[in-house]
Amino acid sequence: MRLLPCGDAALLVEVDDLRSVLALAAAIRADRDGGGLADVVDVVPAARTVLLRCRPGPGVLAGVADRLRGLETAEHDAEEGPQVEVEVTYDGPDLEDVARISGLGADEVVRLHTDAEWTVAFTGFLPGFGYLVGGDERLVMPRREEPRTKVPAGSVGLAGEFTGAYPRESPGGWQLIGRTEETLWDPERDPPALLAPGTRVRFVRVGP
Amino acid sequence: MSGEALQIEEAGSLTTTQDLGRAGYAWLGVPRSGALDPGALTLANRLVGNPEDATALEVTLGGLRFVARRALELAITGAPVPVTVDGRAAGLGCAVHVAAGSTVALGTPRVGVRSYVALRGGIDVPRVLGSASTDLLAGIGTPLGPGDRIHLGAVPDAGIPALDQAPVATPSADDLVLHVVLGPRDDWFTEASLEELASAAWEVDSRSNRVGVRLTGPVLEQRQRRELPSEGTIPGSIQVPHNGQPVLFLADHPVTGGYPVIAVVTTGDLGLVAQARPGQRLRFRPVSAPLPAERPDREPVHR
Repeated sequence: MRLLPCGDAALLVEVDDLRSVLALAAAIRADRDGGGLADVVDVVPAARTVLLRCRPGPGVLAGVADRLRGLETAEHDAEEGPQVEVEVTYDGPDLEDVARISGLGADEVVRLHTDAEWTVAFTGFLPGFGYLVGGDERLVMPRREEPRTKVPAGSVGLAGEFTGAYPRESPGGWQLIGRTEETLWDPERDPPALLAPGTRVRFVRVGP
Repeated sequence: MSGEALQIEEAGSLTTTQDLGRAGYAWLGVPRSGALDPGALTLANRLVGNPEDATALEVTLGGLRFVARRALELAITGAPVPVTVDGRAAGLGCAVHVAAGSTVALGTPRVGVRSYVALRGGIDVPRVLGSASTDLLAGIGTPLGPGDRIHLGAVPDAGIPALDQAPVATPSADDLVLHVVLGPRDDWFTEASLEELASAAWEVDSRSNRVGVRLTGPVLEQRQRRELPSEGTIPGSIQVPHNGQPVLFLADHPVTGGYPVIAVVTTGDLGLVAQARPGQRLRFRPVSAPLPAERPDREPVHR
């Protein structure tokens, strides 16, 4: 764990890999829920880092850093997150491309996608857009050469080692393999994101 | 005393509702958002007896015109705009009484970018995730336009403070000096580029908005071209894309970014950035980090 400066009211914690990110973010949230790290306003896990945005104030960052160094992250492994099932109709416009690039065929792509237990590593890009990891390495996909200007809400795609689903219509470059009817983002829900960091996800084929 | 209070006739280039933003949702991809010049927002609210974080209008480069549907008390702060009520000049940085039926018009500010219009009672709009702030990048809320009607909340207990005019510093048209903490990725850049960052005058590009301020100046070069796995950013982060021309993130910034952040503007100086006009120049003055950076090559073995 390396602490990097990020202005006068935040810290960027760098760790070795995504697994450590998940464990550290879970440990931070648990500690904050328990009353520790009360000065931490926002926790942003990403691929190799966890950003902590804190209340501005003298000595705050030093206190947070001390507390961080004492955190026991080992017990917070990814298996602790909530579990959700996401129903998908696998008729995405890029399914054939993915089948061709992977050399697997469309049915095998769907089987690998639904067999895996995915974990939401982090969000970004759009509110509630989760980056899910844990898939078979044969599903690692390049982004589309030409990003789409409009990807419909609910589209399920692959990019790099990640899978994800678009909470609303937006431009996007992911390879679209299907679509879901789930409400991925609802500001009235707690948490608003269905696919919040730490959540474990299984995709269920409902068609075609 | 709530209900429809005013109707917008012209909204200028961009008028949005803002408060102090929504904290705690960055982990779900939602940035803080909120007033770009929080000091100006809180002052405007205090001048009409509102809580500091009440919802007000953020007006970009003036141009707002509205009709009062009933008597209003308002205060305007931030970028100094000429204000008229039914054609008669009204003051800035003070409470202004507006009679029912009157038209309030904001001209173009001499300096600065964002003016704030606080209305006694605060603007009553639906809150999303605890805030009425309009976030253009996250798609929360929409900018106001002609015909939009605004409702106010209950009149606060606090009265209107007895003062003629708040002593406020007018935004400067000169070069702005901003304090920055180097990092988290300053070590990705050449020594020469780090010197350029601290010595050059960085011009604000016209393609700047609530997401960020684009800067033009010397090309900041990485020691070697590497891909950065996406990582969290905050308002004030100076991100450097491959073209070497930095982008200074503001309130509606992307929560994660894939380009290295060379330095971060300190919290207290962000309001200055909000008022920097296209063509104006920024200078960065590095200050020491609140905590020393821990680099792999000098990380102590034992702590």
